[in-house]
Amino acid sequence: MTIEPSERVKQVPPSGIRRFFELAEQQEDIISLGVGEPDFSAPWSAREAAIASLEAGKTSYTANRGKLELREHIAADVEQRYDLDYDPEEEVLVTTGVSEGVDLALRAIVDPGDTVAVAQPAYVSYEPGVIFSGGDPLAVATRREDEFKLTRAVLEASGAAGADALVMNYPNNPTGATMTEAELGEVAAFARENDLVVLSDEVYSELSYEHEHTSIATLPDMRERTIVFNGFSKAYAMTGLRLGYAMGPPEVIKAMNRIHQYTMLSAPTTPQYAAIEALERCADDVAEMYNQYNRRRRFVLSRFEEMGVDCFPASGAFYAFPESPWDDSEAFAEALLESEGVAVVPGTAFGDGGSGHLRVSYATGLSDLKEALARFESFLS
Amino acid sequence: MDSRDELLELLRENARYSTAELARLADMEEAHVEEVIADLEAAGALRGYQAIVDWDELDRERVRAMVELNVTLDRETSYGDIADRIAKFPEVTALRLMSGDYDFLMEVEGDSMSEVSWFISEKVAPIPEITQTVTHYVMDAYKENGIEFGDGEEDDRLSISP
Ligand SMILES: Cc1ncc(COP(=O)(O)O)c(C=O)c1O
Repeated sequence: MTIEPSERVKQVPPSGIRRFFELAEQQEDIISLGVGEPDFSAPWSAREAAIASLEAGKTSYTANRGKLELREHIAADVEQRYDLDYDPEEEVLVTTGVSEGVDLALRAIVDPGDTVAVAQPAYVSYEPGVIFSGGDPLAVATRREDEFKLTRAVLEASGAAGADALVMNYPNNPTGATMTEAELGEVAAFARENDLVVLSDEVYSELSYEHEHTSIATLPDMRERTIVFNGFSKAYAMTGLRLGYAMGPPEVIKAMNRIHQYTMLSAPTTPQYAAIEALERCADDVAEMYNQYNRRRRFVLSRFEEMGVDCFPASGAFYAFPESPWDDSEAFAEALLESEGVAVVPGTAFGDGGSGHLRVSYATGLSDLKEALARFESFLS
Repeated sequence: MDSRDELLELLRENARYSTAELARLADMEEAHVEEVIADLEAAGALRGYQAIVDWDELDRERVRAMVELNVTLDRETSYGDIADRIAKFPEVTALRLMSGDYDFLMEVEGDSMSEVSWFISEKVAPIPEITQTVTHYVMDAYKENGIEFGDGEEDDRLSISP
């Protein structure tokens, strides 16, 4: 016999990123602006703490919810940075990346037939996550003219008022958009009026260049209906260590932990030691990476402006989201790769809202960025 | 960070950035970049722009030594006076007053060990205020001015990722 995948799996197409990855892999000497992770390594002292924990034989499971010492550090850190107030005992769950956290939350709250609105363009795993949990995703396409912010208008137009939950991500992958406290206020009001649970993926919270990051959970009456996700992948350049955390009211964290304790048992132990060190002592490393990204952001935006490529002023994460010079962003990205050896990701990989755009990652050294954009420019002419 | 600190950080990272690049990276007007740099130079805060060379990669011998110097002072002679005299020699690439067991730490560079030894024994040691020298030759360099001399960490990220 052949083993048939389930209907749920068949419902989810392979990621559009994958196809591009295969194209890029066939070509030699490319410069990739298609990478969704930092080009830095984790701060050395965090790596050292991981090594030291291994030397000390710290290789057993931790508590299901993660080491309490780590949860305490996390709670103190988000309190200090974002004014979020969570009890490390009951309201914080350490997960295997934000990826696991989002999956747990969806499975913990979605019943078959529930509708989950997903702001788009979006990181690729939300919609599949909704489907795997038995729900129906509803795309809420943000718009270039709103600088890809989520607004009441697009929420209403997409029918999100009838949804049960809303997944959002600011600072955003793939657009680099951020939202201010006032702008989030509109979304919060909509969520309250329509009784939506909000899943807020804030993994890029440390990378907001034009204003301080605000968590939607800090807005009036939002804490009770919001699950906040954050982690160490982006700000601390720890993607491969797979560590994140979810924060929310005790009932929902308890429900998520019910799944987590059976399916994951606990997040990996070694990275938990690295994360404690990261929170205790790596603020300078984070600041240094932030400065580098910010310079590259300015560089990329000013180069696109010079080329006459329309690009809204991305203000977060490490992405710019220019309009594709050809209407068909996939065709453009393929041609750019083939003729100039420069890889960018077509916006369609991030849902319908992304069509006609390109995701340009600046998690790449400045000399490569310069060269890649020079090739981009010569391709245009 | 204000624009002056931003420019200093950029120049310390790579002194070869052009004015146009600095302007882009720091989000400033080119004329303003030039003005800030000119001010820093005039104030004596920006003292120079130099290359960091790993001589081992060039099969060219460069000999370097760190030399501890002890001195005696008197009413007429200060540390500054002695330092001025030593710093004038082009062989001396760095000179610092230290806390601890000795007074100055002097860095010397030359084409051969004999040249460096000759310089220390014939030019530096005879200075009347200098009572003792202890010379340490550099055997290998792993990091200079914040730049690591290894092969660097390879970029093993996937070429495209979500
Ligand atoms: C918006 C967003 N959320 C989550 C993730 C995955 O994060 P983690 O490595 O913590 O699973 C990414 C990674 O690219 C991302 O861009």
